[in-house]
Amino acid sequence: MPRPRAKWMERCVEVTLVVAASTSIILVGLIFLFLFREAAPFVQHPGLSSLMGDRWIPVSFQKEQFGIYPLVAGSILVTAIATVVAVPFGVIGAVYLSEVARPAETETLKPFIELLAGIPSVVIGFFGLVVLAPLVKAAFGLETGLNAFTGGLLLGLMAIPTIMSVSEDALRSVPASYKQASLALGGNQIQTIWRITVPAALPGIVAAVMLGMGRVIGETMAVMMVTGNAAQTTFKPFESVRTMTATIAAEMGEVPFGSDHYRALFWVGIILLVATLLLNIVAQRVLKRYSVRQ
Amino acid sequence: MRKVTIRTLTAISIGLFGMVATCSLAACSGKKGNEVTVVTVKGSDTMVHLVSMWAEAFMKSHPDVEVSTTGGGSGTGIAALINGTTDICASSRDIKDTERAQAEQKGITPVETMVARDGIAIVVNPRNPLQELSLDQLRKIYTGVYTRWSQVGGPNEPITVLSRESSSGTYVFFQEHVLNKEDFAQTVRLMPATSAIIQSVVFDRWSIGYVGIGYAHEAGPQVKILGVKATEAGAAVMPTEAAVHSGEYSIARPLFFYTNGAPTGAAKQFVDFCLGPDGQKIVRETGYVPVQ
Repeated sequence: MPRPRAKWMERCVEVTLVVAASTSIILVGLIFLFLFREAAPFVQHPGLSSLMGDRWIPVSFQKEQFGIYPLVAGSILVTAIATVVAVPFGVIGAVYLSEVARPAETETLKPFIELLAGIPSVVIGFFGLVVLAPLVKAAFGLETGLNAFTGGLLLGLMAIPTIMSVSEDALRSVPASYKQASLALGGNQIQTIWRITVPAALPGIVAAVMLGMGRVIGETMAVMMVTGNAAQTTFKPFESVRTMTATIAAEMGEVPFGSDHYRALFWVGIILLVATLLLNIVAQRVLKRYSVRQ
Repeated sequence: MRKVTIRTLTAISIGLFGMVATCSLAACSGKKGNEVTVVTVKGSDTMVHLVSMWAEAFMKSHPDVEVSTTGGGSGTGIAALINGTTDICASSRDIKDTERAQAEQKGITPVETMVARDGIAIVVNPRNPLQELSLDQLRKIYTGVYTRWSQVGGPNEPITVLSRESSSGTYVFFQEHVLNKEDFAQTVRLMPATSAIIQSVVFDRWSIGYVGIGYAHEAGPQVKILGVKATEAGAAVMPTEAAVHSGEYSIARPLFFYTNGAPTGAAKQFVDFCLGPDGQKIVRETGYVPVQ
C-alpha cells in the first residue's frame, strides 16, 4: 500500500511516538545484553559453580572466593523484614485513606506520603545510621544497631508509600455496588471493609506488596549504611548481613576491569535483575487478573 | 504495521549506539583542551581532605591552574589513571603488579611520588577500659579467633569488629600488614566510609575500628585511640607524628601520588608544591606526617 508523499509529516510523528514508547523496552534489552556480555566469561573461568558457596571474599591474599549465598540470604532477610514492617502500615493506611478518611484528611495525608516516597535514599540511610541504629540498639539491648533488622525497618519505611498508594487505588476501584449490597444487608462499616472491600481488592493489594518488595530488594544506599555489610549466611535478624545491592555498590568502583571479581559482580547484578523482574511480572499478572474480575 | 515497527526498532538501536559513540569521542577530544589549566586528582578517600587542602592553597598562589579533587578509593583512582581519566591518582597503597601490567598495556607508565605518611589508629569507645593491643591480638580479633574482649584482657563482652569496605586502600593495607595477608572474618562489619566507623565507635561501647590518624585525632575525646605493641613483649606505641615518622609505630604507611610518567606542566607544579615547605606544613596541619 503506497503512501502519498504528502503524508511524510504524519509518518514522522508516528516514528517519534514509536521511539518514545519503545525506549524502555530497548533500554531493558540493552541492559540485559550488556550484563550478560560482561558476566559471560565467568562461565568458562572460574566457572559458575564457584558462585555456589557461602564465602564471599573478593579481596584476598589467600584465595578469592565468590560464593553468593551470604549475599542472597542477606537480601532475602532484609526484604522479608521490610515486608513484615511495611505491609500492616501500608495496607491499613490505604484502607483508612480510601474508606474511612474524610476528603480533607486525605488531602492532608497524601502529600506527606508522596513526600516520604521522594526522600533520597542516602538521606534515609543517614537517618538510619544516626537515629534508627542507636534506637534499635537501645530497644533490644544489642551491642550495635548495625544489623539486618535496622536495615529492614528502614527499607520498610521506604516501601510504605508504594504499598499504600497502589493498595489505595485497588481499594478505590472496588465497585460501589459491593459495599452498598453489604450495607443494605445490615453489615456495619467495619464488617463491610474487612469482609467485602479488602477481600475484593486483595489481588491489587498483593500486587502492591510485590511492587513494594521490588523497591526494597533493589534499594542500595540506605541498606548499605545500616546493615553492617558482613558477608555471612544468616537468617537471624540481629546479625549483620550484606545485601546484593550493597555489594555491587561498594565493590564496583574498586574492582579491576575484566577480573573474576568484576564478572562475579555482574552475576550478582543478573540475579538481582531477575529477582526484581519476577516480582514485577507476578505483580502484573495478579493485577491483570484483578482487572478482568471487575 | 508490525514490519514497520521492527524496522523502526532496529533503526533506533543503531541510532542509540551512534549517540553513545559520538558522546565518548566528544568527551575525549574535549579533555585535551582543558588539560592546560585543569589538574584532576582522584583516588584515596583517606587523602581527599589532605589533597583538597593542598589544592586550595595551591590555587591561591596559582590562579591560572584549577585543581579538582575527588575520592572513591585508591583502587578507583588507579583505575582512573589506567583509563586516562585523571592526571594524578592519590593512593594510600602501592600499585599492584596486575594494575601496573594493565596500565602498561594501555601505554601508561605509573610513576610513584611519596607525598606524606599516614598512621592507622585503632579506635574504641572511650568507655572501653582497654589501653593497648598487640599486633597479634589485633590480627586475631579481625580474623575472628577472638570474639570477646576478655580474651585480650578486657571485660567479658562481645567484640563488634568494624572495617572499611574492600575498595578502600586502608582495608588492603590493614589486611597485608596487620592480618599478615589472612582473610578478614566473615562477621567483620564493612562500613562504607571512615565517618561511619567513627560514628559506630562513638555509639557502640564494645566496638573496635581502624581509621587514619588524621580522622582519629579529629574525632577527639569521642573515641579512644589504643596503643599498639609490635610484639607481645614490646612497649605500646601511640600513633604520634614522631612514632609514625621513625617507624616505631607499626601500622603506618606512605601516601602516594601516581602520574603517567614523571609529572609535567601544571601537574608538576602541583606535586612540587605538595612536597615543598608550604605543602608539608599542610600535611602536619591535617593530621598526617610530613615526608620531608
